[in-house]
Amino acid sequence: MDNNIAQPPTRLQQTYDVIFRGVCRSSAVLTALLVAFIVIKITVAAMPAMRQYGVNFVTTTTWDPLTRNFGILPEIWGTLFTSFLALIVGTFFGVAAAIFLSEGLLGQFIFAVLKAVKMETNPFLSQLPDRLEGIIKNLIELLAAIPSVVYGLWGIFILIPMIRPACNWLCAKLGWVVFFGTPLSGPGVLPAVIVLSIMILPTITAISRDALVAVPPKLRMAAYGMGATRWETILAVILPVATRGIAGAVILAFGRALGETMALAMLVGNANKISLSLFSPANTLASLLANNFPEAGPQEVSVLMYASLVLLAITLVVNIIGAWMLQKAVGVGGGR
Amino acid sequence: MKKISMAVVFLFMVASLLICGLNSELRAEDVVKLQGAGATFPAPLYYKWFKAYSAAHKGVQVDYQSVGSGSGIKSAIDKTVDFAASDAAMTKEDMAKIEGGVQLLPVTAGSIVLSYNLEGIKDLKLPRDVYPDIFLGKITKWNDAKIAAANPGVKLPDMPINVVERSDGSGTTFVFSKHLSAISKEFEEKVGFKTTVNWPVGTRSKGNEGVTASIKTTPGAIGYIEYGFAMSQKMPMATLQNKSGGFVAASTASGQATLSTIKLPEDLIVWDSDPVGKEDYPIVTFTWLICYKHYADAKKADIIRDLLNYCLTDGQKDAEALGYIPLPADVAKKVAASIGNIK
Repeated sequence: MDNNIAQPPTRLQQTYDVIFRGVCRSSAVLTALLVAFIVIKITVAAMPAMRQYGVNFVTTTTWDPLTRNFGILPEIWGTLFTSFLALIVGTFFGVAAAIFLSEGLLGQFIFAVLKAVKMETNPFLSQLPDRLEGIIKNLIELLAAIPSVVYGLWGIFILIPMIRPACNWLCAKLGWVVFFGTPLSGPGVLPAVIVLSIMILPTITAISRDALVAVPPKLRMAAYGMGATRWETILAVILPVATRGIAGAVILAFGRALGETMALAMLVGNANKISLSLFSPANTLASLLANNFPEAGPQEVSVLMYASLVLLAITLVVNIIGAWMLQKAVGVGGGR
Repeated sequence: MKKISMAVVFLFMVASLLICGLNSELRAEDVVKLQGAGATFPAPLYYKWFKAYSAAHKGVQVDYQSVGSGSGIKSAIDKTVDFAASDAAMTKEDMAKIEGGVQLLPVTAGSIVLSYNLEGIKDLKLPRDVYPDIFLGKITKWNDAKIAAANPGVKLPDMPINVVERSDGSGTTFVFSKHLSAISKEFEEKVGFKTTVNWPVGTRSKGNEGVTASIKTTPGAIGYIEYGFAMSQKMPMATLQNKSGGFVAASTASGQATLSTIKLPEDLIVWDSDPVGKEDYPIVTFTWLICYKHYADAKKADIIRDLLNYCLTDGQKDAEALGYIPLPADVAKKVAASIGNIK
């Protein structure tokens, strides 16, 4: 049996083939259909509100169910402002951590320490550098497993009391800087941004690390061979080659930040304000939806559906811009 | 030996099958399930009542889901529940949507308190011209002359007032904003009352627990929460000035004083947003169970009537321990008289 290598596929194998192909195809189609179904359902539910409020819905700033004035400009602003700031912080730390983990910096340090105490050939200890790196990587990825509500509680009870004195000092001393314009009472943009950046950190680190590890070793060797320092190699050779993967990580993280609900509902202050101040309360679309759905009447549901449609549109636009930028970046860098 | 053990196992299996069969028979035919949904504010008390009632009555199972007053009313209209509950009662408009009519019954009541976070200050008096202005953003400092005048001898800090409100729609917001609208013309014009209002100042947190957490962690904070919740969390509560000028702290007695002055109308839907009595705590509200006037299943109607009777008599004894205000005897009597409308 085993030596008939060039055997034609049996009936069974052919059937498997057909079934497998069918399952794959229908899964892909179903996913697409599901997205379409969700969008259509939301749009239909949002129709009455769209007809009534039109463009004013996204350009006005009052949310008052009593007078039936609905405008979500502050929420749009808050969503983009918090996500964008969180993305800057999260990308910086996330990519830095990814470089640390992919360049073997930790491993070399430990190896040096082991060598200093002459233990580098010990069968157990010699594995330590790799093991520790693995542990740190897993710890960062573990951040993604923490439930959103735990982040929210941590923010309320630990983070906010911790940063409040510094924030209020900044506001008192440097109040003329637009970002420090108001004191931090409790919930506000900064606590939301800090927690959000921690939440998106694992996404950025994990994917960026994979991208950095996938850079062909030849390139690194070539850079060193031409006399580049390690610093120059990382910045000028490895990072540009890994751009595509890192950008993918950032886009994914941005999507997560835009849609994050629970932690933000607990930390952002839910006040319909547009302010550049990091310490002022704000509101986001997801938080608005979470807060208002349970008690919403039939007409309000339509308004909320309109708001979720706007959130969907924002996410879509961000993804398109991301994809476009990615293509550009790859075009300039020459691709790989 | 082996044979005997096999026989034992077999017998055991037969017996358990029989028991299961008997059990499921009981389940299918004799258990009447009542499904309720609505307000979150009275939920702890309702859970206690319905659990006790279901335990005492074999064959009755009462379930309640605290999904919010708005959802409760919605499910009552959609007839997806056997009864509902709401803090904001029900509008005439909504009631008209239900064929056969509904009977609303106030079964318990609660106070809403202003809780604050000021280090070292245990007693804080807030006059009735002050706290609406705090929620309007007109009084912004704790050492404001108006607050200081009402609290002689209290060292008020030179600190901004951090107002905390509910971010989600809630009966608590409804009752509190209704009260503020009743005592301040300006509040009525600028903000008005509803389950969610457009507060001009402050930050907003979700649920009683969210507001409480914000107050606890924010120096200089003030916010409105339910009395029962404030009590269980040992939050400081401000003494509020009522219409006749007296400063009254929230308690079961001051809440009952308010309730006993309320005249119940025919439909049992009433708020006294500004009670006049000297001992009356100013922000007290009933919360309602919403029952249909006609049930297709006569058995269900019987059980609901019996359940309501239990809530209004023995059930009232559980109210105080959970931070609710037991209905004064004459109120409970009047409410009980309307149970007959459910058929």
